[in-house]
Amino acid sequence: MSKKIGDVILDVQNISLRFGGVKALTDISFNVREREIRSIIGPNGAGKSSMLNCINGVYQPQEGSIVFRGQTFSQMNSRQVAEMGIARTFQNLALFKGMSVVDNIMTGRNLRIKSNLFMQAIRNPFGIGGAQREEEQHREFVEHIIDFLEIQAYRKTPVGQLSYGLQKRVDLGRALAMEPKVLLLDEPMAGMNLEEKQDMSRFILDVNDEFGTTVVLIEHDMGVVMDISDRVVVLDYGRKIGDGTPEEVRSNDEVIRAYLGTTN
Amino acid sequence: MIYQENGQLKISYRADQQIFPILQDRWAVLAILALAFAGIPMLADEYLFRAILIPFLILSLAAIGVNILVGYCGQISMGSGAFMAVGAYMAYNAYVRIDAMPLIGALLVGGASATLVGMFFGIPSLRVKGLYLAVATLAAQFFCDWAFLRIGWFTNNSSSGSVSVSNLDVLGWTVSSPLEKYLFCLSFVVVFALIAKNLVRSAIGREWMAIRDMDVAATVIGIRPMYAKLSAFAVSSFIVGVAGALWGFVHLGAWEPSAFSIDRSFQLLFMVIIGGMGSIMGSFFGAAFIVVLPIVLSQLVPALGALVGLSISTAAVSHIEAMVFGALIVWFLIVEPHGLAKLWSTGKQKLRVWPFPH
Repeated sequence: MSKKIGDVILDVQNISLRFGGVKALTDISFNVREREIRSIIGPNGAGKSSMLNCINGVYQPQEGSIVFRGQTFSQMNSRQVAEMGIARTFQNLALFKGMSVVDNIMTGRNLRIKSNLFMQAIRNPFGIGGAQREEEQHREFVEHIIDFLEIQAYRKTPVGQLSYGLQKRVDLGRALAMEPKVLLLDEPMAGMNLEEKQDMSRFILDVNDEFGTTVVLIEHDMGVVMDISDRVVVLDYGRKIGDGTPEEVRSNDEVIRAYLGTTN
Repeated sequence: MIYQENGQLKISYRADQQIFPILQDRWAVLAILALAFAGIPMLADEYLFRAILIPFLILSLAAIGVNILVGYCGQISMGSGAFMAVGAYMAYNAYVRIDAMPLIGALLVGGASATLVGMFFGIPSLRVKGLYLAVATLAAQFFCDWAFLRIGWFTNNSSSGSVSVSNLDVLGWTVSSPLEKYLFCLSFVVVFALIAKNLVRSAIGREWMAIRDMDVAATVIGIRPMYAKLSAFAVSSFIVGVAGALWGFVHLGAWEPSAFSIDRSFQLLFMVIIGGMGSIMGSFFGAAFIVVLPIVLSQLVPALGALVGLSISTAAVSHIEAMVFGALIVWFLIVEPHGLAKLWSTGKQKLRVWPFPH
């Protein structure tokens, strides 16, 4: 591979997360390097999504800290995380169902919109107040994403009417609209058929390759994970049981035990 | 065949982002505006203005306000009547207490006061959702009913508890005849409908709808729920407050707190549900349905009775009116749960592909 993997961009240090008496994550540490594709795998309930939610500021871990581009955080707030350039897609589709494809992706640009409520109220085709001009600039960016994801035909369709695979693409598009440095993908290929998985893998590789975006990927399809990841973290019952290249992880005894079970 | 956008190619995002991207729609809107400003004043009589058109316009404005909060931002509110009352009473106070207060200034003071009260009673929305929020906003209704009845300051210590305004005057134009009142209200409705449409199709509108549809995803892309919800309460209450001030000043002339009782809140909520949640156009449909239909029914029932040789008593007419009205609401909600606005857009789609079915 010719791509250049850089320094550590995201460093997760000793994260523990509890819900009452349930330990969702126990002392998890791993790092993500710039421009790499880092996968998190593990059986159901291993704490993969909880891990992303901690990075995202949706959950506040009780212990540990997260270092992003040299800045240390013990408590992340979702707005800060978004402003720093971490975007995210969701395991269960979390699109804005009543809005069109274009509008869904446009919400990803909202952080960059400068015009205030009054300027938006007087939005007009003559460009007075600037809200319309700004709207057009962001629309142009959104159209590039729509082209990239090959969903031109559906841009005005309400997302609720799209097929599952297309909705997953829109979800990715909304995250890409934020021009993230790190993209967290929570099972982007769950429930897809082979062709859709291939398309989605191609999009992920292209994003990584063309835009240099770092990708953190949760996925259950081992074929995909082993193919596209640079390094893999394995979680089981909220603990880290493996970390390394796909080959290292594949031959790790503890990982095999967690996935296949062993006979004694 | 007639209603098609074939050949209307958009070559700029500006053209694609127009409020009415289809040429025929733009002509239709211009025709409706021309009819409203020039045609109706020549055709309608005083009764039509007083009993139908002015209430329809003002309640459409209020429904637009409620729709922003309930339809676009998904925060159910039962305090709309209270916010109308705040608008009416504070506009009244600004008008009688401040010398040389212009009429429009007083109406806007009413709106601004309603904004503050609306944001205050919107604070629970940061913690509670759905029906629980609806119950929490009832507090606004009870509090305002009480305040305007018991606190003398709001009514300028009027002994009867009722207040009245007269001599409405805008820059030398006296708004006194029903026609003038109609044109005054119409101008307000056109301006505010445009502002509301601009907001809901811009960044702030997308934030409201994002919070409505999926609040966790909205948070993760950097939308602050507090800002989105409270701004929806603010904008909504402002518009509802201005509508309340118009209702008091222009439609009623003299009023007491019962004009803005909880019935009014329910009426506005029904308008939004029947008209179409999340649609500015639907607010007009909903207001027309609730305001105009009972009057049409009360005229139609005796006429139909006469046709088959029956004379129907006044009491029976009002019973039949209530029954048919209730049945129609149920029927419409079963046929199209997304409201009249959805029926309208389905109809437009059918017209677009006519004479083919798909």
